[in-house]
Amino acid sequence: MNKVIPAPQKPWQPTFIDKLEDVAILVGSLGVAGAIVKFTGFNGKLGYFFAFFFTLLVANFVFHFIKRGMQAAKDSILQVLTAMAIFVTLIPIVSIVATVVSKGYKGIHWGLLTKDMALASVNDPIASGGLLHALVGTIIMVGGALIISFPIGVLTALYLTEINGKLARPIKFLVQAMSGVPSIVAGLFILSSLIYPVTKALSGLMGSLALTILMIPTIARTSEEMLRLIPNELREAGVALGGTQWRTVAGVVLPAAKSGLVTAIILGVARIIGETAPLLLVSGGGDSLNTNPTSGAMGSLPYYIWKAFLTGGTPEAFARAWGGMLVLLSFIFILFGLARYLSGRKVG
Amino acid sequence: MTTSHVTPSSLSSVASARTVSQPGTALLGNGLETRGVHAWFGKKHVLSDVTLDFAAGTVTALIGPSGCGKSTFLRTLNRMHEFIPTAAMAGEVLLDGKDIYAPGIDVTKIRLRVGMVFQKPNPFPSMTIGQNVLSGLKLAQIKNSNTDDLLESCLTRAGLWNEVKDRLGEHGGALSGGQQQRLCIARSLAVEPQVLLMDEPCSALDPGSTFRIEETIADLAKTMTIVIVTHNMQQAARVSDYTAFFLSDGGPGEMIEAAPTSSIFSSPQNKRTEDYVTGRFG
Repeated sequence: MNKVIPAPQKPWQPTFIDKLEDVAILVGSLGVAGAIVKFTGFNGKLGYFFAFFFTLLVANFVFHFIKRGMQAAKDSILQVLTAMAIFVTLIPIVSIVATVVSKGYKGIHWGLLTKDMALASVNDPIASGGLLHALVGTIIMVGGALIISFPIGVLTALYLTEINGKLARPIKFLVQAMSGVPSIVAGLFILSSLIYPVTKALSGLMGSLALTILMIPTIARTSEEMLRLIPNELREAGVALGGTQWRTVAGVVLPAAKSGLVTAIILGVARIIGETAPLLLVSGGGDSLNTNPTSGAMGSLPYYIWKAFLTGGTPEAFARAWGGMLVLLSFIFILFGLARYLSGRKVG
Repeated sequence: MTTSHVTPSSLSSVASARTVSQPGTALLGNGLETRGVHAWFGKKHVLSDVTLDFAAGTVTALIGPSGCGKSTFLRTLNRMHEFIPTAAMAGEVLLDGKDIYAPGIDVTKIRLRVGMVFQKPNPFPSMTIGQNVLSGLKLAQIKNSNTDDLLESCLTRAGLWNEVKDRLGEHGGALSGGQQQRLCIARSLAVEPQVLLMDEPCSALDPGSTFRIEETIADLAKTMTIVIVTHNMQQAARVSDYTAFFLSDGGPGEMIEAAPTSSIFSSPQNKRTEDYVTGRFG
């Protein structure tokens, strides 16, 4: 028995000729756009981009209309539009990351993580001073905000999904509204409700509290979405085994939503880690390492960047600011990467 | 409309082959009785006036077309009905002669004594196979010093021990659908219920797994009272001692007829029961 097995093929994929035609249209459009910029009133990068975009749209439409008719021509228009939308979306992201990396790497040195700015001014050479105080301040204030926000946010989410009482609708509305509160308002609230009447001094704790106001809505909303993904059958199974509602939530629902809750934490941290305005108001700045959140001004990475930019004006100051941005951006990227990894994992 | 080629006589011969188990074991208790049970969802009256006795140590099948209230009735028997926010009920459900809806009754204790297996296998995803079986102890905060023996006996009674004894540390999701359902049965056995309610436990399973679960049911009936909802009339004939037929004619579901399984399939008293069991509708 010699059974001939054919080689696996993918007849639905575009042929070499098809690909060649697409490339030809793309290159042709680039050329035509160049000619338009050269011979008409269009000029500059933006002019070139628009000329290219419209040429590509028209060329694709005409080509596919001749080749396969009206339906295919309409289809090709939508393809060009979506491709352009992706391109436009990516420009700022790529541009920001590229700028921060290309300008920031000059400000990176080992001393960054071991020294503070107590004995160095922003105009001193790069190698003197570092951002230890800012990094530690950010970690303390964000960590403090997390410790307060996580239980409140998750309990709010549990009220919305598990108890779902009469107040669920207004609370859900309030949480959504709260996530739109401008960060400066959170800072002013702490300033006017706690600092002026009570403590009369800036501190890291006040910074944590201001960040908490911003963090709770993110954690509550993300946790709520994650808890809603847990199938109701699991809750029924828990209750049918003789568990009370509280035991079922603690023993079945929350463990099943574990990776989702980790995602909620990370999204919440990413939401507040770059906040500058409220911290300027309530935790001040400070150039020396302060590990006590209850007394004294506390630095933070966004404040470090802000100060280097505003009070410097020298190449060293700018390098410091960009270096701080690179550290902050890397921190956020690591968090988002972690969030994607954890939320993409299988439950359990 | 299902086209069934089952004749009443063929079903009754299957049914009469089963031997009715004798009550009397300590676990069995005095059975479960309902008195004039009604059920509503919001304003919709879905179940009307069901009075039915489940003798200890017997298997009772609830049959009837979709939407006839049989699953709702099943859920009134361990107070899972009230888990749905709009639900309401009337009537009495007596477990060992005491109304489980009486004021002051601890609902979690009722659900411990009247266990439930659901239509879709629902092992807890965050727990291993072993933890799933013992989860009821944790949820109901029951102390048990000999969990290893309990684990083995529950899985053995559910007919799963030989398949999973070497992989108790794996997650329940790694099992096949039929194994997951037997894991759920083992899980409900661990808290030692005297009644087990099964809501179409085989409807999501292949014939091989269905057969294994039916064997398990026959085995369990020696030590507990079982009420099973099924759409499969051959299954009702194979596993049950008594059968109750439910029907809704547009209004609330009602119990049309309840009798020993062999007589429901061979000599139904009601014309509508006969039409249903012979496959003329439903």
